[in-house]
This record gives sequence, structure tokens and C-alpha cells, in this order.
Amino acid sequence: MKRKRTHGFQVLLPLSVLAILILINLVKGADYFSVSLINGALYGNIPNILFGASELVILSIGMTLVTSSSGGQDISVGVAATITSSVFVRVLLGSSAITWTAILAAFIVSCAVGIVIGAFNGSLVAIFNVQPMVATLILFTAGRSIAFLVDGRLSPILANDLTSQIGSVIPGVPIQTPIILTAAFIAVVAAFLKATNLRLYSEAVGINPKAARLNGIDPVRIKLLTYMILGVCTAVAGFIAVTKAGRHDSVNLLKFCEMDAILAVAIGGNPLGGGRFSVSGSIIGAYTIEVLNRTLLRLEVDPETIKAFKAAFILVLMVVSSPVVRAYAAKGVAKIRARLDASSARDSCGPEQEEA
Amino acid sequence: MRGICKSFPGVRALRDVGFTLRAGEVHALMGENGAGKSTLIKVMTGVYEKDSGRIEIDGQAIHFKSPQDAQAFGVGTVYQEITLCPNLSVAENMFIGRGRYAFVDWKRMREKAARLLDSLGIPARPTQQLSSCSLAIQQMIAIARAIDMDCKILILDEPTSSLDEDEVRKLFSLMRELKSRGVGIVFVTHFLDQVYEISDRITVLRNGEFIGEYEAAELPQFELVSKMMGKALDDVSSMRKREPSAADGETPVFEATGLSSAAGVRPFDFAIRKGEVNGFTGLLGSGRSESVRAIYAADKVTGGRVRFKGKEASIGDPIHAMRLGIGYLPEDRKGDGIIADLSVRDNIILALQVLNGFWKPFSRKQAEAFADEYIRSLNIKTASSATPIKSLSGGNQQKAILARWLLTHPEYLILDEPTRGIDVGTKVEIQKLVLKLAEEGVSVTFISSEIDEMIRTCSRLIVMRDRSIVGELTGDDLTENVVMRVIAGGSESI
Repeated sequence: MKRKRTHGFQVLLPLSVLAILILINLVKGADYFSVSLINGALYGNIPNILFGASELVILSIGMTLVTSSSGGQDISVGVAATITSSVFVRVLLGSSAITWTAILAAFIVSCAVGIVIGAFNGSLVAIFNVQPMVATLILFTAGRSIAFLVDGRLSPILANDLTSQIGSVIPGVPIQTPIILTAAFIAVVAAFLKATNLRLYSEAVGINPKAARLNGIDPVRIKLLTYMILGVCTAVAGFIAVTKAGRHDSVNLLKFCEMDAILAVAIGGNPLGGGRFSVSGSIIGAYTIEVLNRTLLRLEVDPETIKAFKAAFILVLMVVSSPVVRAYAAKGVAKIRARLDASSARDSCGPEQEEA
Repeated sequence: MRGICKSFPGVRALRDVGFTLRAGEVHALMGENGAGKSTLIKVMTGVYEKDSGRIEIDGQAIHFKSPQDAQAFGVGTVYQEITLCPNLSVAENMFIGRGRYAFVDWKRMREKAARLLDSLGIPARPTQQLSSCSLAIQQMIAIARAIDMDCKILILDEPTSSLDEDEVRKLFSLMRELKSRGVGIVFVTHFLDQVYEISDRITVLRNGEFIGEYEAAELPQFELVSKMMGKALDDVSSMRKREPSAADGETPVFEATGLSSAAGVRPFDFAIRKGEVNGFTGLLGSGRSESVRAIYAADKVTGGRVRFKGKEASIGDPIHAMRLGIGYLPEDRKGDGIIADLSVRDNIILALQVLNGFWKPFSRKQAEAFADEYIRSLNIKTASSATPIKSLSGGNQQKAILARWLLTHPEYLILDEPTRGIDVGTKVEIQKLVLKLAEEGVSVTFISSEIDEMIRTCSRLIVMRDRSIVGELTGDDLTENVVMRVIAGGSESI
């Protein structure tokens, strides 16, 4: 029960930030929540946010796991997604006809590539003990060139109905496909966490790898596993990104999203040094970032200055959620409670006397 | 300090505790784990703010808001775990973080350090790297640092727990020197003999309450223990050791020949029978911990053969040992035992959960039931099973780790220093538990720095020196005198 309470506090902050952002949007225009049906699918601010944040949400889930087990972040996720999606496009365009089966096959191949990339990063981190950020810097540097080569020095175009339906809407389904895929992916991850001991193992390895090993957990394997899961996340995110875009642009696809993914993990209240983690916190964090981006656009902030506003907002958020401010707030609450107690009981001893 | 109260969410740590320290005395602060010693010290040193009560120094009421505050009023603390920087020099460690200027006058610093070390009789050179000094010297350097900051009140929190006897003597002579200079010393320890050797007065806490303040000379050791535990201490004498019997069978549960490990133990042979309690003894660094770590494959095994219940087995990793039914409670509770940020529950179920497999997590309900069962049966003091284990006192953490292995129902349990740094009451509980396990047919290897504890529980002692086995004692040879002699090398050698 206690755990739920702390967990609740962890997601409380991003949730309240979300609420503030939505409030700002409502002040700007009361039609914020309005949803309209266009060509049989739902559009509006909320669906757009869910649509826009898809890749970020998926990447932040993987980033959360990697952060927990290895106490570091993978800065190559955007680049990795660019590589996996280039493989997807290459395999798909190479097939005789573009059918659902061909798409599925190409997607599975890209997932395999994602796992290989994860295993590469993961073994640098887990076996060779390279700092995660340095280890993934290698792929971060080389990745877009690799994708460029896979693309055949071109920017191949996905000009067919099926992939564009994946990137937008399947006729007859009222919700945009990336939203559905993201929800499905979240469900799969939740089921996996429920069916396995990944949480316990990863947290144990992240907090104390020596003790974890003495209790029969292999820290190397667990770190590798989380990086491979992140690899699958990059493949799914790349798949969604490229079908949304309709063409594979190895230079600009998912550019800078690794930083947003790390940010989402941080906003979600996860310690970036590893250990305990909350996937739901990261997911809320990812949506918060998307809402922030769109709010700034809606407030007609000059696109060139948007990044500065975003940074300022994040600065405030991080300071408010820092342990220093939290401790200060807790102290304040305790003092108020003590004063209330003293006035009612006039007891010489502290506030929790009845509890003991 | 008068009427100090301190509460934490769900737990009241201190209630109306008083403590008086005179100049130039050594005052022992005694109590079991969770009695509130650490909390009181943290209030004294400004780490925690008191909820109510008064703190006075030289008759003036004072309110510490931070450790720096306390330091400014002359309260210095040296903790059990040394908080210096091992890769800096002795002099740097003494003066680091105290300069007001960006530039350091290295020569003056070294001279000052040399003078201070000399005056306190600490055998260390200022330019020496700290990590090249023994633990005792490091501790003394920490004390010297505090003294140089003009402290009038010195708090020593379990300073002797990782020192050998010779080092303890050196530390005590330093404490006497400081006493003669008028420094008031608060001394926290679990070693009763040491309390009587050095202390002038004793304050006893129990369950966060003030029990009394006594002149050390007027309080017999026996009474002190019963005051700490709140009951008369006849437990120890009622303990009966289990002697091996024929019913236990001839085949050892565990048998190793020529076992050696990367940690540098010489190849050794070892066997333990069903229901036997044996122990490895020897000085710190004699290889006793490394030997049991080799059995459990905690360090990389480099040679030797292992048989479990007569069958050839290969233990290359702790998980293999676990699967055979071997449990291992490591010496270094903080570094190898607890997963600090995880809940007591997760810490308790960890080993069994791993044995159960990656794809078979316990449900929340099952895990809670397991944890609650052992929290109750071992009397682990925690606000709830969801509390992070790091917020428990040392003894309760140790019990939780013990619970972790009991939950797996091991056939062979290795306990390396299960009683270190914990109070007398819990020590006795653990010793009794070991004997009860043996009664139930579990084989136990027990390691402790306290020889009387080993003699009380073990029916066979394996004595180590310089990383090899030098003797094995059973039956009538199990007396403190004989054990000490074998550890020291007997009369024949040297």
C-alpha cells in the first residue's frame, strides 16, 4: 500500500503539469477538447497529441528499462530507429508486392535488426562496462550514415495505401492507427512486466549488481535483455515514424527524440541513476512533452524561440520535482501538521505519537 | 540534551530522551538495534532536526539546523564507515573542504598535518595515500580531522567494529589522550568489554526511550545487558549445542576437495554433514570469508571438485549453489546483502523468486504472505513490508536477509558474520536460530569474529591463518584458550 502511495506521488507531478498545460489551453480556447469526425476518423487536439507522441512514448518505455538496469541512458535510440526503419523500407520495397504479409515480414526483420542493435549497445555496457552514454555515442555517431547506406543513398518513398493507412487511418476504424499501435504496445509491455520478474531483476541489478549476482541474478544478462527490449522499441517507433512520414529521410527522421525520451523518463520521476522505475510515469512524461510542444505552438510562440520556452518550462519542472524542494515541502507539511496537533492535543511529544 | 523527541512517518524513534556529556569523559551510549542510538546521534549532530526538547552546550540552548551548524558548535563525528577519500593523501584528507581560498599552501598543510599527527601519536605520514593506511589509522585520521576543527564533543559511532584488538588498543590510547585534553567523547559500540575498558558513564536506551544513566563502575555487565534487552539474560546459558549423531548419515551434505578461488585462498578440503554446525575462524584477512565464498562461488572458483550429498556437482555461479539448496549470507551486508532501495518484502522474497524462475513471478498476495510470515517469526521491526530496507536498523536488515534464505528452505546455509554490528539480543536470537535449524537437519557454516559465539554454536571449528587451514578443533578442544592458541600459531611455531 505504501508503495502505491509513493508511486502515486511519482506520477502526481507530471499529471499536475499535464493538468496545468490543459488549463492553459482551455483558457486560450474553450474548444480544446472538441473532437470532430473527418472521413470516419476522430480528429482534434487530444487525438493529435496521442498521435504525435506515439514514437516518443514507445521509446521512453525502453529508455526506462535501460535506465533502471544499467543506471545510464541510451542516446542512440533515434538513430537506431532510423536504421531499423530503413531496413523495413528496404525489405518492403524489395518484396514482389506490398501486402499486409509483406509489411509484417518487413516489420519483423526490422525488429530483429533492432534487437541486434540493442545487443550491440547492451554488450558494450554489460560486458565491457562502458558508460551507457559513451557506449551508445558510437552508434549515435555512425547510425544515420548507416541508414543512408541502407537506403541506397536515396530517400525512398512509401507510395502505397497500406503503409499510409498504418501511418494515418485504416478505413472504417475511427482512431488513427499509430494511437492504436501505441496502446497495443503499452499493453504488451504491461503484460510482459506482469508475467515476468523483469521489474524485480532489473531494479535489483540497477541498485546493487553484486548482491543481485549473489542471489542468482546474472547482471550481464539482465542488462543485455533490457537493451534488447529497447531495440524492439526502436524498431516499433521507427516503423510508426516512417509510415507517418511516407518516406525515409535518414537525416531528419526522429531527430533529437533521444533527448525527449530521456526527458520523459526524468519527468516520470524515475531516478536516472538506475533502480526503481515506473513505466507509467515515463509514458505520462512523454505525453506531457508532446502537450507542451503543442501548447507552445498554440500560444503562437515564434517557432524559432519555441525551444527556449520549452527549456524554461522544463527547468521549472525539474527544480520543483528535485529532492531538495520535495524535502522542503515535506518539512512544511510536517510543521503544519505538528501545529495542528499541538493545538488540539497540547502534547509534549511529536506529531505521530498516536500512531506508535 | 533534554526531552528529545523525534518521529518518522509511522515510527516514533525517540521519546523524551535525555543525555548529558561532561567535558573530559567517555560516555558510552548503549542499546539494541532500533533503540534509537543512531537517531539520537543524528539529532546531536544536526543531521535530523528534533521535534521537541532542548539541546544545550555549556548551558546555552542551541538549535542545530544542519551538520555544519553542529560542527560550528564543536560537535565532531566519526562514523563506522569511514567517510574520507581513500585516493587522497593523509594531509589532504585532514584539510579538504575547510580552506577558504581557492589556492592551497601545500607545504604549510603538510607541516600542520605532521604536527597534529605527531601530537596525537598517530603513526602516519602526511604525504601517504590514505588507502595505504590500515582501517584503524584511517579512523584516527578522521578523529584528528575533527579535533583540528576545535571540537569539544566527539561522537564515535561504532569505531571499533572493523578493527582488530591491537588497533582497538591504539584507538583507546588516542581516546584517553583526547579525554585528558577535556574533549567529551560519546562512544557507541556493541562490544561490552570495550565499554567497560574505556567508559566513565553509560546511558542506556531501549525502544526509543531513556532507560537510565549509570557510572560504568557501578553497573555490572550482566545488569547492563538486561537493561538493554529489558529482560534478564539467561538465554545464552540455556542454549544447547547440537552434537552430530549417527542418524545424520555418513555422506556429507557438502564436500569439497582442493577448492580454490580467484580471491586467493589456498586449495582446501572441506566437508559438512547433515545437521552439523561448523565454523571457520581466524583473524581478519586469514581467508575465512574467502573460503566460504569459494564454496558458494561468490568469487570465481579456480580449481577443485565439489560433491553435494555424494553426487558430483559443479558450482560455477551462485545460482548453481542456490539450486542445490545452499544459501549464503554475506559478510558485507550493505555491499553484498541488501538491495537498499527495494522494499523489505522484495528483499525477503528475492532468492526464492529467483529460484522460482524469471517467468514465474509471485503474485503480490503470495509475496506479501511470505514476507509477513518472516517479519512476524523473526520479529523484524519495520513500519510495513513495503518500507525500503535501507530505512531499517542494521540488525533488522540482517534479519531480513536471513529471512530471505530461510524462505528458500536451504539444506546448507552459510552465514558469514551474521551477528556483526548488531545488538546482544538479536545476536542471541540468531545463535538460537542456527541451533534450531541444525536440529531440523540443516547444515550450517557459521563465521563470527567473536570466538565465544562460535564456541557456543559450532561443534567443529576450522582454523585459518594466511589463507590456509591450519587446524580443526572438535569436542573438548573447543575452548577459547585452545582456539586462540591455534589462531595465533601455537607455541611450537615461533
